[in-house]
Amino acid sequence: MSTGADRPQGAIPAPVHWAHRHLLDVDALTRPEIDLVMRTTDEMRDVLARPIPKVPALRGVAVTILFYEASTRTRVSFEVAAKNLSADVVNIAAASSSVSKGESLVDTVRTIEALGADMLVMRHPASGAPYLAAEVFGGSVLNGGDGWHAHPSQALLDLYTIRSRLPGGSLEGRKIVILGDVLHSRVARSNVWTLTAMGADLWICGPTTLLRGFEAWAAHGAAGRRFTVTSDVDAALRDADVVMALRIQKERMASGLLPSLREYAARYGLTKARLRAANPDCVVMHPGPMNEGVEIAADVAVDPRSVITTQVTNGVAVRMALLYLLAGARHAEGGS
Amino acid sequence: MTGRRIMAAEDIRRATIRISHEIVEKHAGTDGLVLVGIQRRGVPLAHRIAEAIREHEGAAIPVGALDITFYRDDLSLVAQQPIVKGTEIGFDINGTTIVLVDDVLYTGRTIRAAMDALIDYGRPQAIRLAVLVDRGHRELPIRADHVGKNVPTSREEVVKVALEETDGEDAVEIERRPGTTGGGAVA
Repeated sequence: MSTGADRPQGAIPAPVHWAHRHLLDVDALTRPEIDLVMRTTDEMRDVLARPIPKVPALRGVAVTILFYEASTRTRVSFEVAAKNLSADVVNIAAASSSVSKGESLVDTVRTIEALGADMLVMRHPASGAPYLAAEVFGGSVLNGGDGWHAHPSQALLDLYTIRSRLPGGSLEGRKIVILGDVLHSRVARSNVWTLTAMGADLWICGPTTLLRGFEAWAAHGAAGRRFTVTSDVDAALRDADVVMALRIQKERMASGLLPSLREYAARYGLTKARLRAANPDCVVMHPGPMNEGVEIAADVAVDPRSVITTQVTNGVAVRMALLYLLAGARHAEGGS
Repeated sequence: MTGRRIMAAEDIRRATIRISHEIVEKHAGTDGLVLVGIQRRGVPLAHRIAEAIREHEGAAIPVGALDITFYRDDLSLVAQQPIVKGTEIGFDINGTTIVLVDDVLYTGRTIRAAMDALIDYGRPQAIRLAVLVDRGHRELPIRADHVGKNVPTSREEVVKVALEETDGEDAVEIERRPGTTGGGAVA
């Protein structure tokens, strides 16, 4: 069903060895490994376009989805992805589990393993929680978002979406802007790794109070990577090829970081007027959920340049690719 | 290529042309006939057979490519996930007679996976199988309808097919598997 013509890359590059048992953050991935995820995602998109969008690749593999935080798209996206690969899926919402009786994360993970789980997709409000889970869990751990730290599957689906929209699929030298509450954003932190690794000219923009820590990262931690931090929204948007608006996380907003949401919307909200400074076919993204009228204007969200719903669709394909690749590594370590 | 040569370029050319005639004869024409090559070397073989049919029948036969990676039954046995090479079937397979094309028929597991994959795309009238080399040792009740060359082998041997399109030359060779444990490979 695919012709290959719409794909970013032409010839099949040399195979890459995928050695990861867990996916905790994208900082562990090399550029060829990221390319392998992108290529495998192409195949998963072909599977999704079939009359029967289901393949038996993970038949008999038990995937447990454990979420300690509210989520619609990520949780459902992982569930749909696992089911499309014929895995058996168990969903656990922490609020309705023994976690509410005081069970520790380690005990919960051990219990899930004893119940037969091969792969664990987890989201947790504490940064680093999946690293602890990976120490005790015998199978594969996929980080579905931990605190402010990382959201690797979101960064990879953002990268996939950007590549499919840029001519030639190359991010090299392209100006990509992440605009909004980067301080509380695991999406921003993971995106910094992948986007700079692929050669993008990355700009991080928001009110100074929400940029804390990023200046130091840009100055010291990004050797050979282009990475600019600014609170000047006009400078950031000038000639931008991609703008990614991030949600103002009201639930994480300690008092004092922002005077008011209205002031934020007036000074940093992504509006059609502000977008005029960007490249005319600038790609507009948002990882969701959106506060329309705050970080992004309602008419921008549904503008033809917006790929927000494409991000959701690509999310399923990227997560299928990740589950597929990690399942292989699990067998390799387990000695079949 | 370092093994014992069992087919040279000319033998492969003749076998391909003979198979193309057999396919048309068995189907009594070319109506509703499509070819699907199994990735990787089945794909250029399918194109060669289609080209031969075009030459002697004057009919253009649709050719597709099928990747069976997601349908393999040995994913839990291999060391890492195989690289997926892409399925391209740009036509409706409902009601067609599909000739699956592959380079080597061995255990039959690849063909089992290919049939599962095809049936996810629709309901063909019939599925047939054409292979360049049948080396025996079937593990499933599967046989080929059209065979380029039957080659008796032992399980300790490897049959290597090289094609101009994928390997730069046309040849089939046979060699001993180094440090062999027998079976395992899907070929």
